[in-house]
Amino acid sequence: MTGTGSIGRRLTLLLAGVAALLSVLSWGMVTMLARQAAERTQDNVLAASVTAIAETLRSEQGEVRLELPYSAFSMLGAIGEDRVFYTVTAGDRTLTGYADLPVPDGRGGPGRIVFATGTYRGEAIRIASVTRVVLAGTSPVPVTVTVAQTRDGVGTIAADLSQLAAILAVAFFVVAVGLSAIAARTSLRPLKELTAAVSRRGPSDLRPLRRAAPSELAPLMGALNRLMDRLNLSLRRSEDFIAEAAHRVRTPLATVRTQAEIALRSVTDDADKQRLRQMIRAVDESSRSAGQLLDHATVAFRADDLPRAPVDLADLAARTVAALEPTAAMKEIRLQLDAVPAQVSGDPVLLDSALRNVLDNAIKYSPEDTVVHLQVMSIAHEARIAVTDQGPGLGEGPARALTERFRRGSNTEGIVGSGLGLTIAEEVLRAHGGRLDLGAGERGKGTCVTLVLPSS
Amino acid sequence: MRHACLAILLSLWAAAAPAQEIEAHRYYPGTGERVLRVLSTTDLEVFEPYLLAFQAARPEISIDYSVASSAELHRAIRDGAVYDLALSSAMDLQFQLANDGLARRYRSDATAALPDWARWRDLIFAFTAEPAVVVLSTERLEGLPLPRTRQDLISLLRDHPDRFRGAIGTYDVRDSGLGYLYATQEDRATDAYWRLTEVMGRLDPQLYCCSGQMIDDVSAGRLALAYNVLGSYATDRLARESGGRLQILRMQDFGNVMLRTAIIPATAEEVEAAGALIDMLTRLGLRDEPGDWPLPPLGQPDAGTTTGFGPIRLGPALMVYLDPLNRRAFLTEWENAMEQRQP
Ligand SMILES: Nc1ncnc2c1ncn2[C@@H]1O[C@H](COP(=O)(O)OP(=O)(O)OP(=O)(O)O)[C@@H](O)[C@H]1O
Ligand SMILES: [Mg+2]
Repeated sequence: MTGTGSIGRRLTLLLAGVAALLSVLSWGMVTMLARQAAERTQDNVLAASVTAIAETLRSEQGEVRLELPYSAFSMLGAIGEDRVFYTVTAGDRTLTGYADLPVPDGRGGPGRIVFATGTYRGEAIRIASVTRVVLAGTSPVPVTVTVAQTRDGVGTIAADLSQLAAILAVAFFVVAVGLSAIAARTSLRPLKELTAAVSRRGPSDLRPLRRAAPSELAPLMGALNRLMDRLNLSLRRSEDFIAEAAHRVRTPLATVRTQAEIALRSVTDDADKQRLRQMIRAVDESSRSAGQLLDHATVAFRADDLPRAPVDLADLAARTVAALEPTAAMKEIRLQLDAVPAQVSGDPVLLDSALRNVLDNAIKYSPEDTVVHLQVMSIAHEARIAVTDQGPGLGEGPARALTERFRRGSNTEGIVGSGLGLTIAEEVLRAHGGRLDLGAGERGKGTCVTLVLPSS
Repeated sequence: MRHACLAILLSLWAAAAPAQEIEAHRYYPGTGERVLRVLSTTDLEVFEPYLLAFQAARPEISIDYSVASSAELHRAIRDGAVYDLALSSAMDLQFQLANDGLARRYRSDATAALPDWARWRDLIFAFTAEPAVVVLSTERLEGLPLPRTRQDLISLLRDHPDRFRGAIGTYDVRDSGLGYLYATQEDRATDAYWRLTEVMGRLDPQLYCCSGQMIDDVSAGRLALAYNVLGSYATDRLARESGGRLQILRMQDFGNVMLRTAIIPATAEEVEAAGALIDMLTRLGLRDEPGDWPLPPLGQPDAGTTTGFGPIRLGPALMVYLDPLNRRAFLTEWENAMEQRQP
């Protein structure tokens, strides 16, 4: 299976990315708002200051008079340690204050406070200005009161709040990442549960999944159920097909053999007899091959989906011995069984097929009037059936090679076989988690083939 | 050595050039060529221990110390005279210099340790907190109750005009920056101030430029009472003269506490040395024990407790009374109150 990364990680990263974006955005916004609020506060204080000064404007003996109220300046210290500049002009004449202080243009109506931003003596300042008309003597004079302040206090307040906002944003981000991880895991839990439910199932359990699932998983479950349905159907069909094929191949072969034997009995010519015998032999080979092929297919097919049941190897051995006793008797071979109970869990059909092939070899390759010895043992965590004969042995060359498909030994002249027997036995044992050991018999004579299975 | 001579000559020239009224001047030669030029309102005899302590720590620096009135000092710095440090008792004038960009920024561990109210924008640093007091002549007030508030004082002056006629001293606020600061702050804080000024005005008051002279005259018996005298000078004098002729009183209804402040003028050349002296002064300002120093620390025990008033705040409000219009109005009112001659 090729991984394209984890959905959980991707989801967490995505959510974390969103959280980071939101954190930065909120930090930026708080910083901006803090700056604006601080600036508005400064404007308010400046406005209050110019208003307080403008309120003292009056005319005495034709002269414009005013006094700077103490509070008008002391309130300017509220924002921070900012430098303060002010000027009061009547018409074009400076009454008091810093004559060169810039006065905002665009004077609003009388009493309207005008704000401006500028620089004075090399520092950025915020300026508030108000104009009142004072009747000096006979003519009305516009008197403008201007108060300006540097903006360090505003900057400090904004920077402090911005720093606080940054700390909060980082904290928010950290919490959000944690929550994202939890959210990702929570939302993926149904998927995990579904996975667990599917993998918990037995090998031949192809029943449809029936469980509550979130709407996003419902299509997946539907598809899975349909797939299992189809699989179930095609499995059943191929089982039927194998049985059908075996039947179809073997039945006509049996007919051919019977006819050939009848014919053998009725012919007298030696050459004809020889030909008919060869024919019978070929039919036997074909029939054997078809049978072994079908067995092999059965193994391959059942091993994928091994049905397990408790099996006692002693019983199994006894049944197999009983089944092959007639074959052995024809060669005057004695089958000798030593058995202790050895429990394994597995497919009895396949295990029987494996043992039958091994025992079949022992009988088939042994000379007449010998003994084939079966011993069932249970050692530590392993159950074994060792089949020992007094035959010619496995010959030169590596024994392992004999388990390859269609591989036959050099000692098989005149003996019918397909070369699939040990392959079947080996595959059965491998499917059960066991192995097939091939070796020589006692004192290096004969053959000893051992079926090894994990005991249950 | 040639350089040292040159530096001295230059410093003398620089100090003399803007034609200021230097009241006193002393040169403390150091081992090196650097000269720290200090312009101060503090009398030499009061400030000398500080200078000697500084030279003990930094012997390589020569100090050129000039004393001027606070108004003179303000004018000199405003006109661009070259000094490395300006120490003044007139907070408002010092503040204005800082506000108007005539001071140089300075920051160190010592200045950072100052409380917020004792510095402003790293431009101006307070190193003493000094109350305004009333100095009395024990001999001339014999048999009279000691006034505790301004109201008491007004009653005392009203009840015994003959004893006090011509024998009351106070600052001429037209000349003295510190006197003007005290007077304007009192104007703001208590309405008894104008009543008191009027009562004093009727008793032919003597006007002074400086605390020192007022204390001299009380001590000599020429004055019965001096109002709004710099407490530190008075305590210093009391400590040196043990005759019991002087008495120091702090008004209980309201008391001004002035901060003596330092700025490094924008024209300063020996910024490092000036900073070092500021560090020393602010450290001394934060000392816990009064010690042997002539000037009180910032947090002197009786600054807050007896009157409940903190020091005058360093802030833009200090500039209100420096406004020419306000100043003119205030002085007119003050003159009206002070100079009413009774037949
Ligand atoms: N007991 C044995 N004694 C001697 N040789 C054996 C024995 N068992 C297996 N062999 C050798 O191993 C070969 C492979 O055995 P295997 O059972 O796979 O094939 P087979 O017996 O030839 O054909 P079949 O598929 O009909 O069993 C045999 O051809 C034979 O040479
Ligand atoms: Mg075989």
